[in-house]
Amino acid sequence: MRIASFEILKPWRTAVVCLLCLFALPCLTPAAAPPDAPPVILIQNATILTVSHGTIEHGSILIKDGKIAEVGTSIKAPKDAQVFDAAGQFVIPGIIDCHSHIAVDGSVNEGSVSVSSIVNIADVLNPDDIDIYRDLAGGVTVANVLHGSANSIGGQTVVIKLRWGLPASKLPFEGAVPGIKFALGENPKRSNFSIPGATPRYPTTRMGVEETIRTAFAEARDYKKTWDDYDKRVSGGDKNAIPPRRDLRLDPLVEVLEGKRYVHAHCYREDEILMLLRVAKEFGFKVRTLQHVLEGYKVADEIAAAGTGASTFSDWWAYKVEAYDAIPYNAAIMTRRGVIVSVNSDDAEEATHLNQEAAKTMKYGGLTHEEALKLVTLNPAIQLGIDKRVGSIDVGKDADLVVYNHDPLSAYAVVQETLIDGRVYFDRKRDISEREAREKEKKALMEKEKKAEEKKKAEEKKPGAAGEGGKKAGARPDEKKPEEKNPGDKPKAPQTVAVSGGAR
Amino acid sequence: MRSVLARQCLRALAFAVTLLALLGAAPQIGAQGGEPQYFAIRGAKIVPVSGPPLENATVVMAHGVIKAIGKDIAIPPDAWIIEGKGLVVYPGLFDSFTDVGLPVATPAPGGANEGAGGGRRAPPTGEISRGPEDRPGTTPWRSAADELTLSDKRIESWRNGGFTTVVSAPKGGMFPGQAAVLDLAGERASEMVVKTPVAFPVSFEPRGGFGNFPGSLMGALAYAHQVWIDTDWSARAQAAYEKNPRGVARPRYDRTEAVLGQAVEEHMLVLIPANNSVQFRRAIELMDLWQLDHGDHVDAVIYGGQMGYEVAGEIGARKQKIPVLVNLKWPEREKDADPDEKPSLRTLRFRDKAPSSPAALAKAGIPFAFYSGGITAPKDILKAAKKSIEAGLAPEAALRALTLTPAEIYRVADRMGSIETGKIANLVVTDGDLFDEKTKIKMVFVDGKRFESREPEKPKDPPKGDMTGKWKLAYTTPDGPEESTLDLDMASDGTLTGTTTSKHGTASIISGYLSVDKFSFTINIPIEGNPTDVVFTGTFDGSTLKGNIDVMGFSIEFKGIKPSSQAAATSGSVIEGRARSDSSVAGGAQ
Repeated sequence: MRIASFEILKPWRTAVVCLLCLFALPCLTPAAAPPDAPPVILIQNATILTVSHGTIEHGSILIKDGKIAEVGTSIKAPKDAQVFDAAGQFVIPGIIDCHSHIAVDGSVNEGSVSVSSIVNIADVLNPDDIDIYRDLAGGVTVANVLHGSANSIGGQTVVIKLRWGLPASKLPFEGAVPGIKFALGENPKRSNFSIPGATPRYPTTRMGVEETIRTAFAEARDYKKTWDDYDKRVSGGDKNAIPPRRDLRLDPLVEVLEGKRYVHAHCYREDEILMLLRVAKEFGFKVRTLQHVLEGYKVADEIAAAGTGASTFSDWWAYKVEAYDAIPYNAAIMTRRGVIVSVNSDDAEEATHLNQEAAKTMKYGGLTHEEALKLVTLNPAIQLGIDKRVGSIDVGKDADLVVYNHDPLSAYAVVQETLIDGRVYFDRKRDISEREAREKEKKALMEKEKKAEEKKKAEEKKPGAAGEGGKKAGARPDEKKPEEKNPGDKPKAPQTVAVSGGAR
Repeated sequence: MRSVLARQCLRALAFAVTLLALLGAAPQIGAQGGEPQYFAIRGAKIVPVSGPPLENATVVMAHGVIKAIGKDIAIPPDAWIIEGKGLVVYPGLFDSFTDVGLPVATPAPGGANEGAGGGRRAPPTGEISRGPEDRPGTTPWRSAADELTLSDKRIESWRNGGFTTVVSAPKGGMFPGQAAVLDLAGERASEMVVKTPVAFPVSFEPRGGFGNFPGSLMGALAYAHQVWIDTDWSARAQAAYEKNPRGVARPRYDRTEAVLGQAVEEHMLVLIPANNSVQFRRAIELMDLWQLDHGDHVDAVIYGGQMGYEVAGEIGARKQKIPVLVNLKWPEREKDADPDEKPSLRTLRFRDKAPSSPAALAKAGIPFAFYSGGITAPKDILKAAKKSIEAGLAPEAALRALTLTPAEIYRVADRMGSIETGKIANLVVTDGDLFDEKTKIKMVFVDGKRFESREPEKPKDPPKGDMTGKWKLAYTTPDGPEESTLDLDMASDGTLTGTTTSKHGTASIISGYLSVDKFSFTINIPIEGNPTDVVFTGTFDGSTLKGNIDVMGFSIEFKGIKPSSQAAATSGSVIEGRARSDSSVAGGAQ
């Protein structure tokens, strides 16, 4: 997006000032200071793909206080507005990745137990994860960060905005309903994983997975009753009642029963999909989304009838037995049968081109341009219950926007800027311009280290100065990713296949 | 003059004691009574830390306590006087978080499965934990004070490095146990304890991947929080039950909850790990969640602290500042790192800036203390502290972080941490500025007991021959012939390292060399609870060793041969030895 002098009579000076302003905005190095929110921004001359109400050619978007204040073709720039001329460029709502594992410190799986609802991804968000920035560069502004799929009932999950540079506490999407991961089939029954010497964990069959979920909810129901009884006794004036013990494992399941927590269930086969829908009905909760759901096309009517969303891959299949029946038409077929469908990444790299993943549904299944775009914007917003805030370019929504140089569903489209809450969190030009400086700094620091090491070595070599210290490796920052982060659910380069690569 | 007399008496006693020790008999006589109780360091530069340095001043110690400090103060007539000209006296250094004094490699039962740092963990051994109810890695009842051992070599090496005091805690697991303030000397291990318990550290080290709960960081965090909730619940449920036990099911007893409940009630410090800024903020959130900030004081301390430069401002903005223990084992490139490895800019910056954290914490008004972390040689602790001075920290602040601040953090500043009248006589005496690399630590006082520090002796001339290998030593004690083995390693400059093994046990050589054909090496073994030097000196003729073993002023002869060449040896392995008193072999007073 070029910065134009809005007032033509004030020529290059304004432009330079604006340029400086913009350059002072995002600092793209990890853990950098967050970009400041310019009070008012006007993007003009863009092709605006609103997703909710068609395309606006030569359109403008006025952003105030991080929200979309106006969308149209003839918006006058208020005083003090930063004006971006986006001629020839495309603006879409920020991409929402409904299945992500980025920004997590440590393993994404608490794989030791079959019901790991005690753990919460929100506790271990890592705002320094470079994948946040890479996702931003792919136009992603919101991610549903899920626990892995090692357990029938997995950990609690969180929807985040990719506010690169802000601390972990600022990442969660304000007001978004928290979630919990479920997983069916091969991963929770550990078909494809074994640890030598370790006792196999229950369950080892699909029947066992169902039983595990059922038992957990029966337990949660009893637990809820214990609390209800206690509350009743207290309100009835009983002063001797001892409160029940709070159980962090059952609390989130009670929230599911009360509709305060969304279930995001990893699944593949039609039979297990139907099983879960039955169990949920029995216990009186709703499955918010089915994740992967590669055989969803076989039971699309049932999914639609249950009011459950489906979040799938564009065209991944056959990477394990339960993925053999997958077809690239899945998203399109489910859409046509009335299911709210999204296309997700489940992978940090995949997340950087979700626009292309969405585009594939135009070829496989013939979705319209807007329907395809919805798969990564408005639909996941609906699935995550945040569509009042994000997912389309409408007045009043958050200014989470992506600017592409081409139609975003074209293979040539490259993200130019990504905005969240009206702040520029990714700027391609700025990134490119800073690369040299970063490389230079890196080189200088490495040189400095090398010199220090040589000096130390020379000192140690001095006769008699046999120092004891420094034999062991130094402490390391926690930036190295655990191997468990490799997606186990997806095909990948052979050298990265790990024995117990975390199930997703 | 009286001090000379005292020393003579000591030596006479030492003879008897040592004799008994060498005999292997169980001595009934203690060493008490013979040690000087009064010391005075006269005319030294004294750095009390609690106040400005005093030039040409005197400090008097009596019965383990600082009796007086100042310019013109009376020295008790029977004091051992040390002329302090050219010497600097500091408060004893304080390593604020370690496990010195605790037996090495005693994992907590069911404790953390310490895999090879960061890599994929080995399949878990021992009891499998299937959830919080199994209380994995949770042994809060363990107490450092109850597990101390004088056989830890680090007690002496830390003391020689100027450290008189440490806070040690059991290791292993998420709630490993209770920490204690220890003074690094004592005839019996329990005598080291200054105060216990002072804190209980927590760690969020997951146990064993997919086989053992918790297998992830989030699992460890969730577990710790569940334990916290259980502890709180247990206390309330128990109280409610005590009030009216009839008609309600009795609450269960849980050892973890009972111990932690007590600790919470007593406002014991919780040590929370946090090295990078993400962990820092997480620790602060946890501290708030656990309600450890009471408005007027905080019952929590952060340990790690190396990315303090990034978050100091944030933490300093809080009304109650949470103290930080800074790990002096600064991050650096791994020694065996791939030379082509290109670390991220963030990693490089971290390694570059970590030593500036103390300065940042100081600027933000956050109390901080240093701890040795993974440093194994005490002199490297001071070197590492110096790095933080080079990165902007005032030398006085660095000194304080090694003396008074840790005492304040652990709430023992009323008795230690500075040179003040009435405080414990923990001092370190140097011949110059503490942070100057050329400075030597001359002596250390722990609880008013004097310990002389020695630099390892260096060979003067290149060695002739190589002493490396296994040796058999033979000597005769008054009780008859005795043998021991010697396992030596010689560096090209003649420096000797290795161990000796006798029926009394194995000891490491703390200092040794071969200079031309003259060798000398020293081991330090506890005799009567006192660490005592045993010095071997003599001549190496290329195939045999011949010399004397000197212990506390008396001496026996010994001979050594390599067992491999035993057949070729001309005479028997045992030669005559005799014990003799020799008070002229000075033990090292001024």
